Amino acid sequence: MNRIDAKFKELKKKHKKALITYICAGDPNLRTTGELVLELEKNGADIIELGVPFSDPIADGPTIQRAALRSLKNNTSLADILGLVRQLREKSQIPILLMTYFNPVYQFGLEKLAQAAVKSGVDGFIIPDLLPESGRAASRILKKHKLAPVYLVSPLTSGKRLALINKESAGFVYYVSVTGITGARTSLPQDIGRHAQSLRRYINQPVAVGFGVSNARQVKQLSAWFDGVIVGSAIVSIIEKNIGKKDLVAKVGRFVRSLMAKK
Amino acid sequence: MLPDRNGYFGPFGGKYVPETLMPALAELETIYCQVKNNAAFKKELAYYLAEYAGRPTPLYFARNLTSLYGGAKIYLKREDLAHTGAHKINNTIGQALLALRMGKKRIIAETGAGQHGVAVATVAALFKLQCEVYMGAEDIERQKLNVYRMQKLGTKVIPVTSGSQTLKDAMNEALRDWVTNVRSTHYMLGSCAGPHPFPLIVRDFQTVIGREAKKQILKAEKRLPDYLLACVNGGSNAIGLFYPFYNDKKVKFIGVEAAGAGVNKPHTAATMAKGTIGILHGSKSYLLQDKNGQVSPTHSIAAGLDYPGVGPEHSYYKYTGRAEYVNATDQEALVAFDLLARQEGILPALESSHALAYLKKIAPKLDKNKIIIVCLSGRGDKDMEQIMKREESL
Repeated sequence: MNRIDAKFKELKKKHKKALITYICAGDPNLRTTGELVLELEKNGADIIELGVPFSDPIADGPTIQRAALRSLKNNTSLADILGLVRQLREKSQIPILLMTYFNPVYQFGLEKLAQAAVKSGVDGFIIPDLLPESGRAASRILKKHKLAPVYLVSPLTSGKRLALINKESAGFVYYVSVTGITGARTSLPQDIGRHAQSLRRYINQPVAVGFGVSNARQVKQLSAWFDGVIVGSAIVSIIEKNIGKKDLVAKVGRFVRSLMAKK
Repeated sequence: MLPDRNGYFGPFGGKYVPETLMPALAELETIYCQVKNNAAFKKELAYYLAEYAGRPTPLYFARNLTSLYGGAKIYLKREDLAHTGAHKINNTIGQALLALRMGKKRIIAETGAGQHGVAVATVAALFKLQCEVYMGAEDIERQKLNVYRMQKLGTKVIPVTSGSQTLKDAMNEALRDWVTNVRSTHYMLGSCAGPHPFPLIVRDFQTVIGREAKKQILKAEKRLPDYLLACVNGGSNAIGLFYPFYNDKKVKFIGVEAAGAGVNKPHTAATMAKGTIGILHGSKSYLLQDKNGQVSPTHSIAAGLDYPGVGPEHSYYKYTGRAEYVNATDQEALVAFDLLARQEGILPALESSHALAYLKKIAPKLDKNKIIIVCLSGRGDKDMEQIMKREESL
């Protein structure tokens, strides 16, 4: 069984929800990213999303844009990140998904990437500019290699599309909490609980919610409705503020632990 | 008929956008399909193109330029004489009429040279729509006049300081705005690029250029032209001129890209010459990128050509050989600018100057009975300050 499916199954048994954390690989450098992944796991993260930087991240807000830029300044490539995951697999079996845009994936080559991902121990891909219609070939290749293509759902997605997204996705479905780009927000839409319920009519796999989630209160609130909660920009912003400081990794760890306080 | 149902021109085009934009793209496609053959819509569009934008624009026989080169007859399709000074108004009037039918009260756009931005700001004023235009900080600097024009028309110009601070980054920001405000906002994309249905809609609204040119040349010369020449970046003026001649296989299409300092210099904008197939801003097309799929920085003296991509239909024309794509350097464009000014008394936009620059390579070699139509996509007033500064610094 894929590590993602196993994780959701395990959490369900314990009546727990998944805490999914995003960091951009190569920000501030790959060695630190490796340490951060282990620290995130140690402090309660259930699943890791590793951002693969792209020069034109249209779904990302300023925080993650800057992280991608820092990573690209180090010339971090998809191949480097696969290498990092391979190293991490000697120490950790936490589910790891790569989150990127379609162009770096397309240039690598889908079949070649799927094979390399399996070899490295990557479990799935989140590609926010790939729609299920445009991604059919990609989904097929990923699924053939037991990798999870995770598609996104927005508050505006129709029922008919939800069914399609459910069919094309594996691992979980990513619910985007707001119409917008990534970035910490102080408040989330009021009707998110109602949306979460209506999703279940079409989606028969775990649903994780992300975009805008930045504190323990939100994590707790959203855990009531979703199977997983994704925190990204809030973590990336702590990394940004502590670049060059010795306790960067520990600070990120403490923040992630604090997210669990009310879980 | 291209594009196909999914927005592909052969292997190019499609929709590569965040899920949040899907309903808006579907709505746009639905409304466009409903109105495009609707008599009332066509009448309204024709009214504004004629009475407001000043169409048809002339097809002018450039007698002096023709005798200077001593070869083919050169005609200029005078889009510079359309209201706001460029072909961009053809598209923005059309899209404004669509936005009104969709009940969208706010429009946003990206702009490079500012010609599209001005055309958007213009229709926003005319149709009482709230309007914000994203423009790279570097472009704001080199196209100050157009920034001020937009502001005078009541549009807010938002400087984009991310990335290379040019058209590509303005488009990133416009897409981010659209994802955020999609319920109330129409994204008035300015070129035949982006996700389906934009390449189709923009092309269709720009084909007025080619339809007029065809009628005009048949009247003047009693025959079709041999060559159509236009500058290409996204390529909306070129596709607008080319498309109505698509089935006239003897009419050759030449698109001229911006080479910047030269196609083999590190920063160029000659996507067709140096690009490979990739995905940027919603569609699959040729793209200037590195081996890891990171989009390359570009350079062109013409802000409106300073973009690493190209419209998917142009990629298809290249792929199938229907059109040929060549390029001109900054320097060649400046020479062509001066030449048209002195020979014909017309100041062309730096973008259009790239198309004019290619004339010297083709016109002298052709027989005197051959005909070339060049799309003079815009006027050069906006570029005067930049040219002045460049000449002072030499």
